[in-house]
Amino acid sequence: MRELFHRKLERTSIGFAIAIIAAASVGGIVEIAPLFTIDETVETVDDMRLYTPLELAGRDIYVREGCYACHSQMIRTLRDEVERYGPYSLAVESKYDHPMLWGSKRTGPDLARVGGKYSDFWHVAHLTNPRDVVPESNMPAYRWLARNTLKMDDLGLHLAAQRAVGVPYTDEMIENASRDAFGQASPDTEFAAGVTERYGEETQVSAFDGVTTRVTEMDALVAYLQVLGRLTKAPYQNTAAPEQAPDPNN
Amino acid sequence: MVKQLTSGERQFAAVILVVLAVLGIAMAAAGRADPLGVHGLIVLLYSGALLYVVLSSFYEREPDLSLRTRYYDDPIKVGIALTMAWAVFGMFIGVWVAAQLAWPNLAFDAAWSSFGRLRPAHTTGVIFGFGGNALIATSFHVVQRTSRARLAGQISPWFVLFGFNLFCILAVTGYFMGLTQSKEYAEPEWYADLWLVVVWVVYFILYIRTLARRREPHIYVANWYYLAFILVVAMLHIVNNIAVPVSLGHAKSYTVWAGVQDAMVQWWYGHNAVAFFLTAGFLAMLYYYLPIRAGRPIFSYRLSILSFWGITFFYMWAGSHHLHYTALPHWVQNLGMTFSIMLLVPSWASAGNALLTLNGAWHKVRDDATLRFIMVAVIFYGLSTFEGSFMAIRPVNSLSHYTDWTVGHVHAGALGWVAMITFGSLYTLVPTLWKRERMYSAMLVEVHFWLALAGTLIYVFAMWNSGIIQGLMWRTYTQEDTLAYSFLDSLVAMYPYYIARAFGGLLFLLGAIVASYNIWMTVRYSPEALTDRAPAGPDQGPLPENVTAPAE
Repeated sequence: MRELFHRKLERTSIGFAIAIIAAASVGGIVEIAPLFTIDETVETVDDMRLYTPLELAGRDIYVREGCYACHSQMIRTLRDEVERYGPYSLAVESKYDHPMLWGSKRTGPDLARVGGKYSDFWHVAHLTNPRDVVPESNMPAYRWLARNTLKMDDLGLHLAAQRAVGVPYTDEMIENASRDAFGQASPDTEFAAGVTERYGEETQVSAFDGVTTRVTEMDALVAYLQVLGRLTKAPYQNTAAPEQAPDPNN
Repeated sequence: MVKQLTSGERQFAAVILVVLAVLGIAMAAAGRADPLGVHGLIVLLYSGALLYVVLSSFYEREPDLSLRTRYYDDPIKVGIALTMAWAVFGMFIGVWVAAQLAWPNLAFDAAWSSFGRLRPAHTTGVIFGFGGNALIATSFHVVQRTSRARLAGQISPWFVLFGFNLFCILAVTGYFMGLTQSKEYAEPEWYADLWLVVVWVVYFILYIRTLARRREPHIYVANWYYLAFILVVAMLHIVNNIAVPVSLGHAKSYTVWAGVQDAMVQWWYGHNAVAFFLTAGFLAMLYYYLPIRAGRPIFSYRLSILSFWGITFFYMWAGSHHLHYTALPHWVQNLGMTFSIMLLVPSWASAGNALLTLNGAWHKVRDDATLRFIMVAVIFYGLSTFEGSFMAIRPVNSLSHYTDWTVGHVHAGALGWVAMITFGSLYTLVPTLWKRERMYSAMLVEVHFWLALAGTLIYVFAMWNSGIIQGLMWRTYTQEDTLAYSFLDSLVAMYPYYIARAFGGLLFLLGAIVASYNIWMTVRYSPEALTDRAPAGPDQGPLPENVTAPAE
């Protein structure tokens, strides 16, 4: 019998290594590369706005605390999800998200449209001790967020790094990052006006944690939670109906 | 370990450690206002401690170079010790986070111990700490034995082992300080990722050079899997972790990938971390330690080829099944589903090949708990790959996704397959390596087996129940066509299962502690301790009976 080709391959370690790389590369190339070239992958919308420096700082805290381990930010195209959480998520909504925080597990509910659903005061009480407002909750308490002053002096560097990976922050935004973060959490100061000027009238300027004398990590996280799902109105104008989840009883 | 090195090699090791210490000082200085500074100090301490070990034996007598024709087993021994240390650490954190889900106040109001920071410490501890060290240690053993060649390097095996553990330490201590990229199973920040690339390149060079030294014409199947593990993990790691740091003085970075592309890259990585870290490497263990322990050659050589290339090719397409019904384009979702189902063929070919290898040795499975570990691992491998293909089907995924069912599935694989095959391999390897006739206590292996099996079953059944209940409650409608349950209703229904799951995990942890004790005692006290015996043991020459040769 003729020798199996594989017997030859087994005699050369470099050849074998090259064969492994070749076999393992195909799937990724076919599935990932077109996502950058096919235009329909991410919808084009006009009103998509950027995270303000305070919201970005809040997002970094969301990342730091590993919130993605229990909360998704991706409403699937299923009827029950749309009725529970709101219109299903579009790709454009996370187009400026480095990294994306779609999540993979819902120990707690989805947060893709939590912005504006509860008051700032509710969020602060809930983060301070979730069981004060939801007795059955198993979420950890995040009391230290209100104790920690937010580090704002290097937010310009954060925005610059975001720009380096493709988020269109302007020089003006980068320059004013620290001031804007302060201003967004301090509505009665001269810095507040600059935030809405640079990031749009829809931007929420508020004393998120109720204390105006200093900006805490609580301010930043609540500012971020309040903007979730409100960067664009596109999902609400989308007319394609969600799918009915298959019923196992039928 | 230093005594085995010549004075030139000792100098080289010292130079590497001094360079590493200087890097640590640079990190500490650049990141003095940032957690990066703490990591700089950790790097400094780590390299300082190793430097102390090297320098304290620096002027000892040089080794007899004629002994270099023998296998190089010292790094394997240290690797096994590290494997068990990480196992106990990672599983302890696992039990703790599991308990936090039932009793949230177990975080004790501290930032470092909250669920979101401990959870990656658990996953990194068990996947990279326990799994990674086990893979490195066994790969060093298997490649030498199946190639009948000594490792191609004196210092590089130590560099790989200690370098990898430095990565794990930076990862876990980073999570406690809140340093994470929030990319599942790729949480460590940019400098730790860069360091892992260096370690991994050295690992690959060491491995391929050792294979080049082989005195067997063919590369044995276990080495195919170790090679795939090393190469593909490198590809995945590099692509998924490309990021721009905020500055060289910041630990924080932002990934270059955004939104939907980031999701696809992340799950291409995430699913193939399962494939090439948690499957390929452990199949390598299976292909070596199963025939050794059972005393029978692998059933079919052709089946091994089929399953190897099937796994290497198909797995890389399957990642998008983590993103069904999301904003990822439909065509990618469908490709992911299709390949996930096809993946069942090579997966079951491996499992079938392993079980058929046991044909004729079933009496050994009955009597020998070590072989039973391996057999049960194969069963769980077969079951969880079937479950995985099933859950990748879109309508099934609509129910299972986001629920505890996924967590149960992962643990059927992680506890039932990965950990069990590792324990089976270690119980085979440890007596050989330390030249003992057998483990210190066969009874304790038996105890460990039943603890591990009971723990896994309790865990998996609890999560199946909770996951399916959760999924069904989320989509149940009332007669009036409104949602029947609030999210909170579904959470309240989970509590009993969260307690059961923590209990199952606790049993598994106890098993790992028993194993550590047993291994320690095997090394420490053995009636026939052969400390100063001549090198000629059965392990030194060609493999006994050559059971790992292809079956043809």
